[in-house]
Amino acid sequence: MISIQTEDYSLEEEYQALRAAAGDAGAIVTFTGIVREFYAGGGGKMDTLYLEHYPGMTESSLENIVAEAQGRWPLLAVRVIHRVGELRPQEQIVLVATASSHRQAAFDAAQFIMDFLKSRAPFWKKQSAGKDSHWVDARTSDADAQLRWRDSDS
Amino acid sequence: MLTIHYFASIREALKSNEEHFELPSHVSNVGDLIDHLLQLHPHFEVVFRRDKKVLVAVNQTVVASTHTLTAGDEIAFFPPMTGG
Repeated sequence: MISIQTEDYSLEEEYQALRAAAGDAGAIVTFTGIVREFYAGGGGKMDTLYLEHYPGMTESSLENIVAEAQGRWPLLAVRVIHRVGELRPQEQIVLVATASSHRQAAFDAAQFIMDFLKSRAPFWKKQSAGKDSHWVDARTSDADAQLRWRDSDS
Repeated sequence: MLTIHYFASIREALKSNEEHFELPSHVSNVGDLIDHLLQLHPHFEVVFRRDKKVLVAVNQTVVASTHTLTAGDEIAFFPPMTGG
């Protein structure tokens, strides 16, 4: 259900596997995050993005986030893949897929998992452009994104 | 024995991935540990004393600086997360 890996994934294979696991699902939402080429360290184009993580805590924090989503919505299956190591622009970096009987739960759960993943799972990005490199700063908007779920407690 | 991990920009700034030592008797919580680390390694001031946000995890859960430490804890210092 949760994978941290250096290799790419096939969206089609993941979708089919989730569909098979989800039984009588009426809705599947898949979110794919893609590496952008914009270099935040001074404009221009980024060459590579390095993803560092905290092995062990990464998996447990994602398991907690998924468990929280499963407690809020009637999910039939969930899949999370996050890549680490060196990536290039246009590569897939993250997959969140959710299956439920109806679309609202699938949409909301996928968004919830992404919002929490961004500010709770121990991943860090470093951009490189030529000889220049810098660690990506956490965005306030990402930290705020998870807060909105507090107000919508069911 | 404590295990202390450093990640990302903090790992680079401190020039250290991790270290291990016995829990000193005068260290009872995370705040005390930071003071102890600053005594051991004065150059850690670049990370722990500036206007920089540092998160700390004990046994892989993010905690406050008042969190009590016990022998055998796994501690990690890192900047705010930027995954996704």
